[in-house]
Amino acid sequence: MYGFLIVLGLLLLVSVIWMVYRVQTLVSVMKGSEKKIASGSNKVNAAMFMVFLILSFILMAWYSVKEFDNYQLPIASEHGQITDNLFWITMAVTGFIFILTHILLFWFPYKYQYEENKRAAYYPDNNKLEIIWTLVPALVLTVLVISGWRAWKDITSPAPENAHVIELLGYQFAWDIRYAGQDNQLGRHDFRLTNATNSRGVDFTDENALDDFESNRVVIPKGEPVLFRIRARDVLHSVFAPHMRLKMDAVPGMPTRFWFTPTKTTAEMREETGNPEFEYEIACTEVCGSGHFSMRRVIEVVTPEEYQQWLAEQKPFIVQNPDLVANLPADKKKVAEIMIEENK
Amino acid sequence: MAVVNTATHGDHAHEVHDDHHDNFITKYIFSTDHKMIGKQFLVTGIFWALIGGFLSILFRLQLGFPEMDMSFLRPILGGWITETGELDQNFYLALVTMHGTIMVFFVLTAGLSGTFSNFLIPLQIGARDMASGFMNMLSYWFFFVSGLIMFASLFLEKGPAGGGWVVYPPLSALEQAIPGSGMGMTLWLIAMVFFIASTLLGGINYITTIINMRTKGMTFARLPLTIWSFFLTAVIGLLSFPVLFAAALLLVFDRSFGTSFYLADIYIGGEALPHTGGSPVLYQHLFWFLGHPEVYIVLLPALGITSEVIATNSRKPIFGYKAMIISMLGITILSFVVWAHHMFVSGMNPFLGSVFMFLTLIIAVPSAVKVFNYLTTLWRGNLIFTPAMLFSIGLVSFFISGGLTGIFLGNSAIDIQLHDTYFVVAHFHLVMGSASFFGLMAGVYHWFPKMFGRMMDSKLGYIHFWLTFIGVYMVFFPMHYIGIAGFPRRYYSWTNFDFANMYTDLNMFVSIAAIVTFAAQFIFLFNFFYSMYKGRKAPHNPWRSNTLEWTTPINPGHGNWPGEIPSVYRWPYDYSKPGSAADFIPQTVPLSATPESNLPHEEELVKLEKQIMAEEGQVLVANESNK
Repeated sequence: MYGFLIVLGLLLLVSVIWMVYRVQTLVSVMKGSEKKIASGSNKVNAAMFMVFLILSFILMAWYSVKEFDNYQLPIASEHGQITDNLFWITMAVTGFIFILTHILLFWFPYKYQYEENKRAAYYPDNNKLEIIWTLVPALVLTVLVISGWRAWKDITSPAPENAHVIELLGYQFAWDIRYAGQDNQLGRHDFRLTNATNSRGVDFTDENALDDFESNRVVIPKGEPVLFRIRARDVLHSVFAPHMRLKMDAVPGMPTRFWFTPTKTTAEMREETGNPEFEYEIACTEVCGSGHFSMRRVIEVVTPEEYQQWLAEQKPFIVQNPDLVANLPADKKKVAEIMIEENK
Repeated sequence: MAVVNTATHGDHAHEVHDDHHDNFITKYIFSTDHKMIGKQFLVTGIFWALIGGFLSILFRLQLGFPEMDMSFLRPILGGWITETGELDQNFYLALVTMHGTIMVFFVLTAGLSGTFSNFLIPLQIGARDMASGFMNMLSYWFFFVSGLIMFASLFLEKGPAGGGWVVYPPLSALEQAIPGSGMGMTLWLIAMVFFIASTLLGGINYITTIINMRTKGMTFARLPLTIWSFFLTAVIGLLSFPVLFAAALLLVFDRSFGTSFYLADIYIGGEALPHTGGSPVLYQHLFWFLGHPEVYIVLLPALGITSEVIATNSRKPIFGYKAMIISMLGITILSFVVWAHHMFVSGMNPFLGSVFMFLTLIIAVPSAVKVFNYLTTLWRGNLIFTPAMLFSIGLVSFFISGGLTGIFLGNSAIDIQLHDTYFVVAHFHLVMGSASFFGLMAGVYHWFPKMFGRMMDSKLGYIHFWLTFIGVYMVFFPMHYIGIAGFPRRYYSWTNFDFANMYTDLNMFVSIAAIVTFAAQFIFLFNFFYSMYKGRKAPHNPWRSNTLEWTTPINPGHGNWPGEIPSVYRWPYDYSKPGSAADFIPQTVPLSATPESNLPHEEELVKLEKQIMAEEGQVLVANESNK
């Protein structure tokens, strides 16, 4: 029944529009306005540009100010401060150009709308002007690029030696987290070793792997450099930690990395945002299949002391799953067993 | 004017009389007439735009009203609506993918370039038809076949391709990863192969025609900017589409023949795959080597159309004709060396990121020059707001808004945060999606009288423009905020994350705006098809324009001009020239006929012109006496 009413309503609407259309066509034929170069609509359209300009600027300004705290995520990493500064500097520069060009673009139509006795200026070129507005944008862009390049160079530079190494492995549809353990060296991996218990394909013949441990959240110390080593097990994924201003693709067959220094603990951030349930999050930003939108992990930033304490409590993989080292060659197995013994 | 006619093209004259008998099939289906082929591209493009737009409405419903019961869509979508009335998650990705593919390739490449390059090139350079009418016909029919295959893929049981329009492997290579990577992806690849063939056949034709078949006097420096833009677009397409073909071919090998170009070290579905040594990043390089120039393939024709429409309706010469050409040339060349800015965080060497950042921001300079030139063209004009003019001004607005956000994204340090968020979605929908769409609309409104001999209704055009213009801003402007807040693209829902668990109101607003904007396009559809049959009869030169197409009969036949092809004596932008009584002087009017308005350097040319005419007169006389 509702469907029928909706269809009926639509039909009525269409027929009303149709009538209006026919009437206005006939009227314009009567008035002969189609023969004129520019009818009264010309004035209306010219005025509409001004109306649009003013109303949309008001709307934009109002919303940008009102929502600032919503869309401006708090920053929690050292480089994030720098890239956000760049962002807002670029925003100021482009915002100025945006407003200026739009004022001209919508005011000119109003100011120079058609008048029967007026004639347009014949003004085909001016090389001086062309050179000016080639050079000025070029200079402004150069400044922006160079500051961006310096930031980029620092961000992508090799991680400091003392960075805490953490591996993030993306798969459909979650992240596996592996810590490098006390030696701060991740053990080798090989995708062919992957199975139900060894979901990361860790190669336990590598002694560095013996103290590696897993975690279901990324725990990192405030103020100390952290290196994410990023891999993917099946398809492309991308690590995105919005508050850290961090993003890097996870590529099958090609390990990637991103290092950063967190500046605020989760507790501090909870205080700052006034949200007692605040968590730093990791999301996936490279489309990876039906569960793409659900690859959440939590980052917990703690003080260095808390971090050391937490680290000490963690047990290596092999302690939890002694089977993993059951088939190792005798000498390596011995080392592993000592490790298990020590950590029990 | 009698002097003009002495400059005849005697050798072409025999082509004029229409001695072949057109039946329905040769006239409307397997036509070799560039005008009919242009219209075929246009109508097919409109069909695809409706499909592509409709798909976007479906996923906007999901994003704007995540709680909504979508059972009412079951008659159309069938099993893609789950038992509980939700949209299937894989199908959501398929919708996003097909929306992108259809809009970028079928609407804005074929629908825009295909329509206007075909329709306008011969008419504006003064040629009877394309260099090869047969290749031109093939170009359309390859496109048609490509469309059929892509359309068929929409109805597959496991759905069409679903890995995003960029179809990055390994997702697009492994059916285990997403159902759309099975038959759907196969059909996607086959369709793209046909599409690439179509583009190349068309492009070769456009280039050849423009270089070889310009009428007497139509030097490159007198070409309308539309033709320049079509020419450069075709060059870009010719150089970049084969690379997409290569990328697609290697993907086919990986999918079907066990090679490892893009695949390495994959463990999926409980087994380790045998592929080693490949690189998914290789695909990204190959794809974006087309993908970035593709942006300019869809944008340049729109800018060309806009240049023509703005100059005509401002009654002013386009400001900086040469600067416009140089900036388009600059964009053409630079478009090939910026592709990796799509890949700053793909894991490629950060040094490459630095290089591509510098190159990318250089390309902003010619774009800025173009904007300033458009503004100066409007300045002190005598502006007539035809629907085409409105859409052109709208285009410039989108080009500015979307272009400026490109400065953020081209800066690799800032891009870390913004990459693959809604900021990117807002950016490219404004600068290439909406801007090119507005170019397409401006072109249709402007050249409709030439296509169908009738006028579109301008009032409906105004309503269409304002609803669409405001609508597009209401859809895409809010996405900047959503993007700065870090909302990732291609998300079925954001409620899993605390940082993105907001803006439900804004997303709802965007969805409503999208539905209204889409609905507004039906005003255009009505106007288009109704005016085709019932519109007011078009006058000879409705916009009082200078270019050659308006010297043909109102309904030009096959061959375009019934008599000789007119010669060209001046550039196409002599609007409001001081001294001239009319505010426009068509390209066919010799300088010697307008002594009152000639500029000093043109007086020099008058002498040359007279000399050439005299010589031609002698040749004609000689020919006559030989008979």
